Parts: sequence; structure tokens; C-alpha cells
Amino acid sequence: MAAELHVELVAADRQVWSGEATLVVARTTSGDIGVMPGHQPLLGVLESGPVTIRTSDGGTVVAAVHGGFISFADNKLSLLAEIAELSDEIDVQRTERELERAKAEDDAEAERRADVRLRAATAAR
Amino acid sequence: MGAQLRVYKRRIRSVSATKKITKAMEMIAASRVVKAQRKVVASTPYATELTRAVTAVGTGSNTKHPLTTEAENPTRAAVLLLTSDRGLAGAFNSNSIKAAEQLTERLEREGKQVDTYIVGRRGVAHYNFRERKISESWTGFTDEPSYADAKKVAAPLIEAIEKETAEGGVDELHIVYTEFVSMMTQTALDARLLPLRLEEVAEEAKPSGEILPLYDFEPSAEDVLDALLPRYVESRIYNALLQSAASKHAATRRAMKSATDNAGELINTLSRLANAARQAEITQEISEIVGGASALADATAGSDR
Repeated sequence: MAAELHVELVAADRQVWSGEATLVVARTTSGDIGVMPGHQPLLGVLESGPVTIRTSDGGTVVAAVHGGFISFADNKLSLLAEIAELSDEIDVQRTERELERAKAEDDAEAERRADVRLRAATAAR
Repeated sequence: MGAQLRVYKRRIRSVSATKKITKAMEMIAASRVVKAQRKVVASTPYATELTRAVTAVGTGSNTKHPLTTEAENPTRAAVLLLTSDRGLAGAFNSNSIKAAEQLTERLEREGKQVDTYIVGRRGVAHYNFRERKISESWTGFTDEPSYADAKKVAAPLIEAIEKETAEGGVDELHIVYTEFVSMMTQTALDARLLPLRLEEVAEEAKPSGEILPLYDFEPSAEDVLDALLPRYVESRIYNALLQSAASKHAATRRAMKSATDNAGELINTLSRLANAARQAEITQEISEIVGGASALADATAGSDR
């Protein structure tokens, strides 16, 4: 079974992750979408949320993305995000503090960002 | 020490101090160019993928979008001028300002009203001094622009282009920046960002003539394009900011290198002059002593008689 797809996770200012995977789950504006090798060409708008990548060696990579696009064609999947962080780059304690501060200041945007980060960090554990 | 010699020595000291400073600035600029270039390279994957996606939607669907359709008769255009915050970069800023002025003139000849948006203190100062109107300006990040800065710059521009022209919106968006060709060459150029010429974008995305697949759009082609185009503009502005930063550092490096070279030459010339002055002083002293001694000898010879 040569069912693999090549994934490129790129943020605006750097390449975050790239490699082979068997399944990618991301959240688009119309709901979660799972992409497996051989999926039909797709171009979608991403919501803020965690992206799960099941790598071909059995591991899982979780990243928090904030807005962006998913595009799949020719067994190549690109995840474009303005901001993207891998789960192990996320400092949980700091993010929790940020979440509290955002809640206290009633900053919905920051609260959602922190929440997405936390979910990505916990999903990887 | 004679007065002349002292003046030369003092000038040599001051020029050497200046040379040390310019040399340091040259080296700092050189390291910053490398850093800025690395940022340009790091931002390339995102830009390429985004261009590909824009082409895919643009060519794969018959969607009409305000950002891709030309206005019937455009009456107002926005020009975004990228300059630097600090000078000491040779002709870097004056070149891009000149390019912006030429573009403005051309647009005005075509009967369009021009709104100017400026990044960088130098450009702002230039326009303020001439009391020209600036629609909006940003300063403080030109040395190391981040993506958030690009977003900040792009937001009012996208808003202006989405507004109806009658309500103060614009029909076209041009950008003037300095392209980083190489360490030695940077050229100021202007480009039209919006409305998008899809053919050009398509050419950029796949020079090999590869055929794009028919995409399935999620949720719909219009929505994807709606979300995609502002990101595309942001990414183009980010790229232009990075290139301008790299160009500015390269220009600074070159300007500081020639300043250092000139200082070195000046020190050489001054040292020669100082040596000549010292020699003249010595020669004069010797001839004074000799003259004195022979006068003394003449006098004693006279008294002997």
C-alpha cells in the first residue's frame, strides 16, 4: 500500500512541518475534513483550530493553525496558515495565562487563539 | 611641533575615528542583509502556495470578484510607497521616492486621483516637507518587518479597494518598492497589485506549463476567493517589505564601504601632507641652526683679527 500523501505545513514566515502522512484532519469553515491519499483536488478555507496529521511512521503531529487554507492536489497537501505552531512548540503554562488574561480583558480573538493552542497541545498528549 | 603639523595630526585622528564607525556600520549592514535574505527565502513557500491557490480559483471558476475585475473607468488609485526609517543608504530612498513620483504622474495623466500610503520615516518626511497629502503612513519596522506589520499595512488598503469609488474607495492598488536583485544591484520598481491580472499570476505560479487540476472548493469558490485574495495581497506586501529591507541593508553596506574607502584615502593624503610639513619644519630648523652657527663663526673670526 503506497497510500501516502506529502504534507507541507507553512506559516507566512517559515515552513513549520513537512513530510509524508496517511491522514490529515483539519477544520474548514463548513466543518472538519479528513484528507487521505487519492482525495479529489480540494481547496478550502480553514478555521482556527487544531490540525492533526497522522504520519506514515505511525506518529501524530498536531499543530494549531489560525486562519488559512488547505489545498490538495496530486497527492500533495498544503496547509497555509498565517500563524501555525506545532503542539510541542506551545508553552502550555504561558498559554493558560494568556487564556485567563484574554478572558479577563474580554478579548474574544485572543481567547479563541489561546483556546486553540491549548487544545492542540493537549490533543498531542 | 608646528601649527601646521598639529592641524594635520588632528584631522587624521578625526578621520580615523569616522572610518572606524563607518567600517562597523558596513559590517552590521552586511550581516543584516544575510538575515533579511534568509527571511525572504523563508517566506517563499507560503507565497508560492498562495499564488498557486489564487491561480487555481481564478482560472478554475468563473467567479467575478471586485479584486480581480477591472473597473470600467478607474478614477482613483492607491500608491503604496516603501521607504526606510533611516538614511545613510546612498540613493536607496530617493530612488524609490522618484519611482513613486513618476508613477503618480503617470496615473494622474491617465486621469486618476492618487492616494499615497507610505511606509518608512524617510518617505513620510519627504512628503511632509513638500506638504503633500499622505493617506496613511507606518513607521518603525522597516529594518525587520514581520508578517503582522504586513497585515497592518494591508488592512486599510484592502478596505479602500473594497469600498465603492464614490464613497472614497480606490479602483487600483499600486506598490513601489526596491527589488533585491543581488548584493550589488537593487532596483526601485512599481507593480500593480490590484486588480489582479490573473494571466500574470498564472505565469508566475507555473512557468513549466503544468496544468492545474479541477479543484473542489470548500465551502464555495466565491468564499474561497473572498478569503484568499486579501491573504494574497498581504503576502505580496510582506514580500515587498522584506525585499525593501534587504535592499536597504545592501545599500547601506555599499554606502558605508565607500565611506570607509574614502576615509582611508583621506588618511593617506593627510599623512603625506603631515610628513611634508614635518620635513619642512626640520629643514627650516637645520637651516636656522646652520645660519646661526655661521653667523657666530663669522663674528668670532672678526674679533680674532
